Amino acid sequence: MNRRVVISGIGVRTPGGGDREAFWEMLASGRTATRTISMFDASSFRSQVAAEASFDPAVDGLTAQETQRMDRAAQFAVVCAREAVSDSGLDVDRVDPTAIAVSIGSAVAAATSLERQYLAVSHGGRDWVVDNDAVSPHMFDYLIPSRMPAEVAWTVGAQGPVAMVSNGCTSGIDAVGHACQLIREGWADVALAGAADTPITPIVVACFDAIKATTPRNDDPEHASRPFDRSRDGFVLAEGAAVLVLESYEHARARGARIYAEVAGYASRCNAYHMTGLKTDGREMAEAIRVAMDDARVGPGHIDYINAHGSGTRQNDRHETAAYKRALGDDAYRVPVSSIKSMVGHSLGAIGSIEIAACALAIDRCVIPPTANLYERDSECDLDYVPITARDARLDAVLTVGSGFGGFQSAMVLRRTTGAPA
Amino acid sequence: MSAVVVTGIGVLAPGGLGLEPFWEGVCDRRSAISELTRFDTSGFPARLAGQITGLNPAELLPSRLLVQTDISTRFVLIAADWALRDAKVEPGTYTDYETGVITSNACGGFEFTHREFRKLWTTGPAAVSVYESFAWFYAVSTGQISIRNTLRGPSGALVAEQAGGLDAIGHACRAVRRGTPMMLTGGADSALDPWGWAAQLSGGQVSTATDPDRAYLPFDTDARGYVPGEGGAILVLEDASTAASRGAQNLYGEIAGYGSTFDPPPWSGGRPALGRAALLALEDAGIGPTDVDVVFADGAGVAELDRGEAETITELFGACGVPVTVPKAVTGRLYSGGGPVDVAVALMAMRDGLIPPTAATAKVPDSYRIDLVRDAPRPADLAHALVLGRGRWGFNSAVVVRRSPRLGSETP
Amino acid sequence: MAAMTLDELCHLLVAVAGEPSAEVASTDLADTEFTELGYDSLALMEAAARIAQEYGVRIPDADIFEMRTPRDLLDLVNGAPGAGDLPAPVAARP
Repeated sequence: MNRRVVISGIGVRTPGGGDREAFWEMLASGRTATRTISMFDASSFRSQVAAEASFDPAVDGLTAQETQRMDRAAQFAVVCAREAVSDSGLDVDRVDPTAIAVSIGSAVAAATSLERQYLAVSHGGRDWVVDNDAVSPHMFDYLIPSRMPAEVAWTVGAQGPVAMVSNGCTSGIDAVGHACQLIREGWADVALAGAADTPITPIVVACFDAIKATTPRNDDPEHASRPFDRSRDGFVLAEGAAVLVLESYEHARARGARIYAEVAGYASRCNAYHMTGLKTDGREMAEAIRVAMDDARVGPGHIDYINAHGSGTRQNDRHETAAYKRALGDDAYRVPVSSIKSMVGHSLGAIGSIEIAACALAIDRCVIPPTANLYERDSECDLDYVPITARDARLDAVLTVGSGFGGFQSAMVLRRTTGAPA
Repeated sequence: MSAVVVTGIGVLAPGGLGLEPFWEGVCDRRSAISELTRFDTSGFPARLAGQITGLNPAELLPSRLLVQTDISTRFVLIAADWALRDAKVEPGTYTDYETGVITSNACGGFEFTHREFRKLWTTGPAAVSVYESFAWFYAVSTGQISIRNTLRGPSGALVAEQAGGLDAIGHACRAVRRGTPMMLTGGADSALDPWGWAAQLSGGQVSTATDPDRAYLPFDTDARGYVPGEGGAILVLEDASTAASRGAQNLYGEIAGYGSTFDPPPWSGGRPALGRAALLALEDAGIGPTDVDVVFADGAGVAELDRGEAETITELFGACGVPVTVPKAVTGRLYSGGGPVDVAVALMAMRDGLIPPTAATAKVPDSYRIDLVRDAPRPADLAHALVLGRGRWGFNSAVVVRRSPRLGSETP
Repeated sequence: MAAMTLDELCHLLVAVAGEPSAEVASTDLADTEFTELGYDSLALMEAAARIAQEYGVRIPDADIFEMRTPRDLLDLVNGAPGAGDLPAPVAARP
């Protein structure tokens, strides 16, 4: 079985935007949401910049009980899932629950709650042997984060396959890719697929401080995320989530659903090189791109836009540029490339799904979001990165990629949906 | 479609370092559950665990890897080494993109991260290790296995509490079916540091019994919770035709089918979906319940959950219609490592024609109506085994293991 | 603060990054490239962080990526202006 898979609903929570429409408006305007960290006093950290979401669970419809039991990332995921279902017009009560799958990605899952718990049970870190009497009954949910997809499943009563895909910073693409495979191969007709991460907490900031992966541009936070710019010096940590409603094409057509785009191809590869380092040649990302294009039955000449991983670290942007040239040949110089991380930061596992949402909206709205803060060309990054200003364009095929710790390299091709059989 | 076969196994679990010693221990009902010795447990209501002892990772892994890995990652790396050595894949048999890794993980590198949390909050951010960012996250095992063994194919990491290990095997099996001829899969966990221990206890199902022989009693009238353990297993899966053409020497059996489902919301009163996961796996394997010769049950060791699983088994197979066993009674529950160890044990059971016993369970409630193998291994001709796994909050997974035609007398 | 010796540096590297992956005679060690010793940029960042804590010498980020051999690193530590000036580490206070 190899069924077509389409996106029929989108829910997004990111810094700088309240919901899907605010998110899109922000991308189209080129505004940035990177600021000085306010969630804790970060003055003793190397990088003090982050993209924080203004998120109020009550405003977003979570009950007090839901807010109390869920970690922040799970809250984001559930809110996005509900927004996506509402957007899709899907009446979940009329869908066989055993045909609904859930696939949620996250890199560090309940990190924020873990750190809060740690302080509560260790006397502020002093005790190695923690105080068992001070442990929250929810600590088990934070230890083992498959609680997050469970919460999403409960919100729609899904009884098909439910998975948490935790592949670090490619989790967001891979969770959607995983769900696509489930629908293609007939294990589900509908899937809620996406990712959430809320990593703005001291331990995670310290993790990236230690390896100097995040930007130290503390004096200019609004312009701190600078993908492909010559002066880029690291990524900006962010929180966020996106969840999509995926359906088999037949299922969506049968109920007359509005379709944003088709998930036409997906592939992931590993570089087997280094847990954090990247070779300069982009070989494995190029292979993932090539296989994803084959899967989608498109060639380099068909790609109208590349939504880049574009984290803004020195090595990533160079690596990725090399991968595009390797996979697309001369077409790499023709295709517009942009990184929305310049605006919403890098929300680790979540960003891949947020970027898929951006691609689906870009196809739907015929607009290419820009790369903000790109002022100075870098000789190693010599493609068309759509600096500063969004561009109108009809997009028939879009490529989005991700790269993450552990060596994961993933690529996905979205296409404008046509009635013709694939 | 070519079959997916298991050609290499590495088991690293309480009671046995390596497949054969582990299998012997399981058959002999040698329990590895004992007093948790990693720290002073006097402030904790539960003090028994399934611990791995007698392993010196420094003899098995380079010190560059030791400094950057949690104990759980070391277990996985060593199990992967053993599995690959067992499979005897000659270099050059497959290209780098023809080999991938899918592991399951439940707790991340928890002890490692506990130490780093402590350094952060006692010394400051500059004290946090450069390795923390990836020693902690759930994809660490997949990434480190990929790097150590140059596996560049489709790869990933799945989390589903105790069901995740079967999910990893199931999805690795699908990756082979889609065209990647060799996959490493499985998983291991360990969170036996004080904070990890407290976190496990917070789930409310850990046994507070003090007698190691009466602490984890799946399907027993005295079931009182589970004992957490550590470790797991890694399997080498291969496309049967490429395995045959390279002359693979070990054909333990096939991963013939996989299914996964999720329970309705707990407040809905709906029926649990474990049985449907089993049926999906059987359908995927092209067999029916009557073809199943043994069930490796999830065996939660919690009365309500045991009763539910017993009901599922009797609905599928009839009252006492199939032998049921829970070999994990000797190791405790291993989270992501549990399913892969069960699959490894199922393969050995088929090889030796022997169903291993459920070690300590003495009295099964009559109302369960299951034929639980207790006391001693039971000789049986086994062509198909059904392995069940449940993860907290509603995850259900099932894998069907089929005896390899080469190892048995009959073809399926 | 006392100068750091090669011996101390080697001990520190082993502690934070493990044994070197290549067998190198101790007389040649100072001038053997880190890449040959199996020490990647992470190992060097970890070493620099430990040196800052134990010797009070902060090695600038750019230098961490530039240095090639243990001798380069020693020269940076022992020749660094302001050695010992680093304030005591401050615990994070969210």
